[in-house]
Amino acid sequence: MARSKKISVDRRGFLKGAAAGAAALVVKPEAAKAQEAAEVHRPATPNPLPGAKQTASETTPPPPRVDVYTTDRPGSDFMVDVIKTLGFEYVAANPGSSFRGLQESCINYGGNKSPEWITCCHEESSVAMGHGYAKIEGKPLLVMAHGTVGLQHASMAIYNAYADRVPVYILLGNVQDVAWRRGDVEWAHSVQDAASMVRDYTKWDDAPVSLGHFAESAVRAYKIAMTPPMEPVVIVADAVLQEEPVPENERGRLQIPKLTLASPPAGDYGALKEAAKMLVNAENPVIVAGRVARTPEGINLLVQLAETVQAPVVDRHFRMNFPTRHPLFGAGNVRAADVVLGLEVPDMWFVTHTQTPVNRMGMEAKRITKPGAKVITIFAGDLSGKSNYQDFGRYDEVDLAIAADAQATLPILIEECRKLITSDRKAALQQRGVKLAEVSRKNRERDIEEAAGAWDASPISTARMAAELWNQIKTEDWSLVSDVTFVSWWPQRLWDFDKHYQFIGGHGAYGIGYGAPAAVGAALANKKHGRISVNIQCDGDLNYAPGVLWTAAHHRIPMLNIMHNNRAYHQEMMYLEDMAARARRGVENAGIGTAITDPNIDYATMAKAYGMFSEGPIDNPNDLGPAIKRALEVVKKGEPALIDVVTQPR
Amino acid sequence: MKKLFWLAAFASVALIPGLSQTPGGDAANGKRLFLRDGCYECHGYAGQGGRDGARISTIALTPQALIRYVRAPVGAMPAYTDKVITDQELTDIHAYLQTIPKAKPAKDIPLLNDLLKK
Repeated sequence: MARSKKISVDRRGFLKGAAAGAAALVVKPEAAKAQEAAEVHRPATPNPLPGAKQTASETTPPPPRVDVYTTDRPGSDFMVDVIKTLGFEYVAANPGSSFRGLQESCINYGGNKSPEWITCCHEESSVAMGHGYAKIEGKPLLVMAHGTVGLQHASMAIYNAYADRVPVYILLGNVQDVAWRRGDVEWAHSVQDAASMVRDYTKWDDAPVSLGHFAESAVRAYKIAMTPPMEPVVIVADAVLQEEPVPENERGRLQIPKLTLASPPAGDYGALKEAAKMLVNAENPVIVAGRVARTPEGINLLVQLAETVQAPVVDRHFRMNFPTRHPLFGAGNVRAADVVLGLEVPDMWFVTHTQTPVNRMGMEAKRITKPGAKVITIFAGDLSGKSNYQDFGRYDEVDLAIAADAQATLPILIEECRKLITSDRKAALQQRGVKLAEVSRKNRERDIEEAAGAWDASPISTARMAAELWNQIKTEDWSLVSDVTFVSWWPQRLWDFDKHYQFIGGHGAYGIGYGAPAAVGAALANKKHGRISVNIQCDGDLNYAPGVLWTAAHHRIPMLNIMHNNRAYHQEMMYLEDMAARARRGVENAGIGTAITDPNIDYATMAKAYGMFSEGPIDNPNDLGPAIKRALEVVKKGEPALIDVVTQPR
Repeated sequence: MKKLFWLAAFASVALIPGLSQTPGGDAANGKRLFLRDGCYECHGYAGQGGRDGARISTIALTPQALIRYVRAPVGAMPAYTDKVITDQELTDIHAYLQTIPKAKPAKDIPLLNDLLKK
């Protein structure tokens, strides 16, 4: 390892001891030498005041010659060169000493552009922001974190992204060489194999030992993350490689490999011909959509397939897959189907089975598809798999399993279906389509009628909240950047979704704490497109890492946050109720450990504290529409806003 | 899907012949129990239903049918034995449910009427 020269201060000149490399320190002031002996055996307790050695060095006349430690071309500059070739728009991070070299290079050498630094308050927020960002923008956000304590904070968010098949690019700082660790903090923050902690739920990682190695692995990691099934990747950036100069013998020889993304894997042609035959000949086919649409084209293709074979689409709401007002939306019934096509459905077993009683111990599983019904899957998850974490779900018995990316496969499947459809068959399919459209229309009318229930109630119903929101945003270019699971899917039942960026799906692994930062990340991606980002924010979720509100305010990320403030970890409250009923005791105690009351949290004040416009709490439904309108005006000016709405449980 | 299944289950219980009416319950106590025993958790404070429970504000069951269903539900709802909620308490809850005003038709609510038209 080349060491820095002892030269005069220049662009990266640090006083001795301020950078790395105790070996570079040569001359010591006399007073400091005298103190040093006395301090050798002193316990290493924290001292907020400057020590005698430091005081002496700063108050006595300087010696005639002082060596200073400078670096005219740190390795982290080259790392930034590599990062820039990968096209990252932003890097999200809390500051951390193990990647301080990279941070300095990003800001100064890189000009804080491409990527621009986004200041986060929790590593879980950084990764979840990347999770939400990628689902809008279709590419990873760069995240930096300590290889130890930072990654420990980040780990749940990484698991969420992994289970949701979302690429997040994580750079970890670490001091690998023991000789370069200064003090107990750096020892505590160093690790032998940093990525091991998350290797069960990342797609690939590496810990490069040279800058050339870094360049190659960094480019490789990006390619791997972006190849379906997309998942997070980790590169460990050694702190010494970051902070020390590029070795003389490597200058002029370092190269950054060209990035060429792999085309996503399409399904086997023979298998697709068979699938097309089954679909075209089916009397009641149903398409179940999981994480199908990776891009806007994915929606177009799914519409084409559904219309070609006149099959209804059951959307699992893991992505924006299918227009919610399309005549084939939601009209499907898996129980009545003779062919079920699952597209990127991670839990196909739960589509074809029911458990009785649901969510109970000692449950019995029962297949719900009718006898003889055929099940086809196109699923990139079949191309890879890990064993420890069990997000892969139950093994499902299917009739035709095609290991491939569904979106990449759909053009072939559509074409094969079209080849098989005769004019007679086409007429029959169109008749079926008319019936399905009627079912879809009635479903929608039923949903709207159901929304009228508790319309004037306080706490405010989630249906009313969704309807009031829709009334304000329907003429805007909007994007729902939150999940809908906890609000009874009202947005999908009432709003008109037809664009890819209008919905980002859910958590992936249902790790709570995802919602707020993922919404901020998605809103960050929407910012340059001028879209109105809408986040229906669960109260329990926000309390995990509310500092992300500050990140949104600080970086002027426009987004409308509507609190779904049911004042509980309500899912768990229902589970507790369930357990108490089973045990035949104390059902009235389900709020213990699950309710978020006494005191009620004032989210409007919380948002104000983080520098965000806010109103609330609002519990009168008639006050909600005007409040949303006022907040929307703030958002249109480029700022975030929050409305605290006291809501019904679901 | 699950919700429809629930409603069907309720309706089927309501049609069981031979169930006699119990004396009317105490609606005020029923409201207290509805909140205390967590009925609202799945069915909503106004019994409007949602992701996890059927709409019960417009319940057509007799008190006895409600009791029979709560003791042996067929859907996602856990069974509540008489040890945790008595027949009389369920009768009171039934009485409370009868007092919840019926929802207005969607066509009479401007925001929802707009949705019906599109």
